[in-house]
Amino acid sequence: MMNETDPQVALAVRNLNFYYGQHHALHDISINFPARRVTAMIGPSGCGKSTLLRIFNRMYDLYPGQRATGEVMFDGVNILEDSLDLNILRARVGMVFQKPTPFPMSIYDNIAFGVRLHEKVSKSEMDGRVQDVLTRVALWNEVRDRLKAPAAGLSGGQQQRLCIARSIATRPEVLLLDEPTSALDPISTARIEELLDELKEDFTIAIVTHNMQQAARCADQVAFFYLGGLVEVDSADRIFTNPRQKQTQDYITGRFG
Amino acid sequence: MPLDRSHIVKSYEQELGQLRSMMARMGGIVENQVALALSAIADRNEEAADAAARQDPEVDELEREVEALAIRLLALRSPMAGDLREIVAALKITGDLERIGDYAASIARRSLKIRMMEGQISLSGLRSMGRLVQDNLRRSIDAITQQDSHRAMEVWHSDRAVDEYYTALFRELVTYMIEDARNIRTCTELLFIAKNLERIGDHATNIAERVFYAVTGENLPALRPRGGAAATATTEISPTTSSQEPDVR
Repeated sequence: MMNETDPQVALAVRNLNFYYGQHHALHDISINFPARRVTAMIGPSGCGKSTLLRIFNRMYDLYPGQRATGEVMFDGVNILEDSLDLNILRARVGMVFQKPTPFPMSIYDNIAFGVRLHEKVSKSEMDGRVQDVLTRVALWNEVRDRLKAPAAGLSGGQQQRLCIARSIATRPEVLLLDEPTSALDPISTARIEELLDELKEDFTIAIVTHNMQQAARCADQVAFFYLGGLVEVDSADRIFTNPRQKQTQDYITGRFG
Repeated sequence: MPLDRSHIVKSYEQELGQLRSMMARMGGIVENQVALALSAIADRNEEAADAAARQDPEVDELEREVEALAIRLLALRSPMAGDLREIVAALKITGDLERIGDYAASIARRSLKIRMMEGQISLSGLRSMGRLVQDNLRRSIDAITQQDSHRAMEVWHSDRAVDEYYTALFRELVTYMIEDARNIRTCTELLFIAKNLERIGDHATNIAERVFYAVTGENLPALRPRGGAAATATTEISPTTSSQEPDVR
């Protein structure tokens, strides 16, 4: 799964530019995402952080007029290549969105659905897989007796944990999270943050968040974006105690604009 | 830092401003206490001695207020980067200032005792040391109010001279005592005063280090510049060892 040049780097972004039609949204971004670490992306709305996240599983392919140039190396392959099998990429790079997006089906099927798309597994194996991922997201005890109930009946926090369970059920290598807790209460948020700590033993995690404290709590590495450019990337410790760039300091202390 | 932009949340900016003005006020009082204490010795001024001691409760009260505000800011504002460093530095500096106030009050009280004593012991060495310590303290307080890392660096470098003064004074006073046992009472008081001044110098240097960190985000080296011979002499024969001394040879 690792990049050929450095086994510690899961995703290596080089000179990446992105365009929404005429709009140049990302300017010459170069950044490494260390394997099995949490990288948080922060910056004001419209700075390009979600755009970058969407590039990692080629979500932009769904929309005409959007294109990327440069390089995003993942396991020795530039994922921007046209020849790439998107189904395989999306199985290896999972994504969780701001609002929980459970499928209109049972809790069990929400997880089984994605797995069936990529693998042939027996009923007992699937049962085991469902229990395993629900346990990992600390949802198993809450839902074990109603696996056949509709996922829509879960609370917001439970739905979001289900979505994370769903995205790790296909055993991806990278997990992308776009503001995963912005619609959740503090307890559900804490559960997700605890979950990230556990998941990073196995996955490389990239999280977009507007919550500075969340980035400080969860991330090993923090990248600050502004106006489509990467201003600074460094350890969370460095960014929040002594950032190198004035723009970063102004943003994280609330002195922007 | 210095932060030329103000915070988007005005009440946060006001609280930071309040913290800064409390630090400035506390620094001003402590500086004045030290000046009064030195005047009490140099000019044999009893009123100055009383005044220095009387300001102690106000300094203690300010320390508690600064602590309360700093903790409140940490809890409610989740400060980051430069703000975080400034608030944590204030929390520690306020303790240094409080200690300096205590030492100044102690010097003032001892000055009353030496006034009552007879003796031909020269106070010129103590006066010079006092002026140097006062100068360092003033610069470290300026460094706080102006968030000036260069000023902080100056103080940090000149602490060595204070230590050397102390070592020289120590030897001089011991010599007086050896010459004539009747000098012992006075010289012992003067030794304590010299030691208190040396400790004030150390706290001024602490302040300088904390300001330097708050402003630049970098720490000054752990070992302060100091005369090796002077430090050795101090630890060998000094009756009280300073907790600040990294040199344990």
